[in-house]
Amino acid sequence: MSDAIVLKYDVPGDDFTRAGEASSDIKQKLRKMGIPPEAIRKVAISMYEGEINMVIHAHGGQITVEITPEDVDMLLEDHGPGIADIEQAMQAGFSTAPEDVRGLGFGAGMGLPNMKKYSDEFSIESEVGVGTTVHMKVRF
Amino acid sequence: MTIREIQKILDAEVCCGEELLDREVHTACGSDLMSDVLAFVKDQAVLLTGLCNPQAIRTAEMMDIVCLVFVRSKVPTDTMIELARENDLVILSTKLAMFPSCGLLYENGLRGGSRI
Ligand SMILES: Nc1ncnc2c1ncn2[C@@H]1O[C@H](COP(=O)(O)OP(=O)(O)OP(=O)(O)O)[C@@H](O)[C@H]1O
Ligand SMILES: [Mg+2]
Repeated sequence: MSDAIVLKYDVPGDDFTRAGEASSDIKQKLRKMGIPPEAIRKVAISMYEGEINMVIHAHGGQITVEITPEDVDMLLEDHGPGIADIEQAMQAGFSTAPEDVRGLGFGAGMGLPNMKKYSDEFSIESEVGVGTTVHMKVRF
Repeated sequence: MTIREIQKILDAEVCCGEELLDREVHTACGSDLMSDVLAFVKDQAVLLTGLCNPQAIRTAEMMDIVCLVFVRSKVPTDTMIELARENDLVILSTKLAMFPSCGLLYENGLRGGSRI
């Protein structure tokens, strides 16, 4: 499709201070494109939560973002430890984040619920020992 | 309430964004857990936090937060200030702890954000 823009980001797994750079870049691009601020905020929050999860739970991963005139499609893929019980992971307040991560301001167990809440389409697939894939879409 | 009023009420130091102090703030939120902050929609909000790291700035950026207040005398690093400047974010630092900071702002008429 000629009017779709595809962007790929490598999310480093070892540098917590850089977590959020991909989401920040997308946010700036959408703003330059004149996308409504409410939609930008939904994209920014859901992608940021996903990016943070990749860093703290999965040693990094890849994010592919496709921007069309109607929506933003986000695919977050990692080869981390995977999630054994997705239903449990989706519950607000559930977190396996270690103490040091909590000290950095994460581990409230709100990331996945936030991603579901702020995106118009949300799906997650995961296999223990293989990795996790999250797919989200936000419509303008 | 303007950011300048917040600065006066909390007797805070301006770490960056001196030129943006006349901006209006409508709501406030106090938390050290970033995804708790991300769970609520806020309009032109101020975030009070004891968490002084780049992720606090990033979270503010994602939420379009206009002012960040570090409680208990925490001061941002140069990297954090640079990140804040790129995003037109005001950073204040107060000697007060979280509870009195929130209490003073509430007493002066600032309220919390809405839940969706
Ligand atoms: N990409 C991932 N790879 C492996 N496990 C994950 C991944 N994403 C989430 N999880 C698991 O799901 C749990 C819940 O995730 P969620 O994002 O909701 O909360 P959190 O990351 O622990 O805390 P918060 O997002 O509030 O900072 C995590 O604690 C972790 O066990
Ligand atoms: Mg999370």
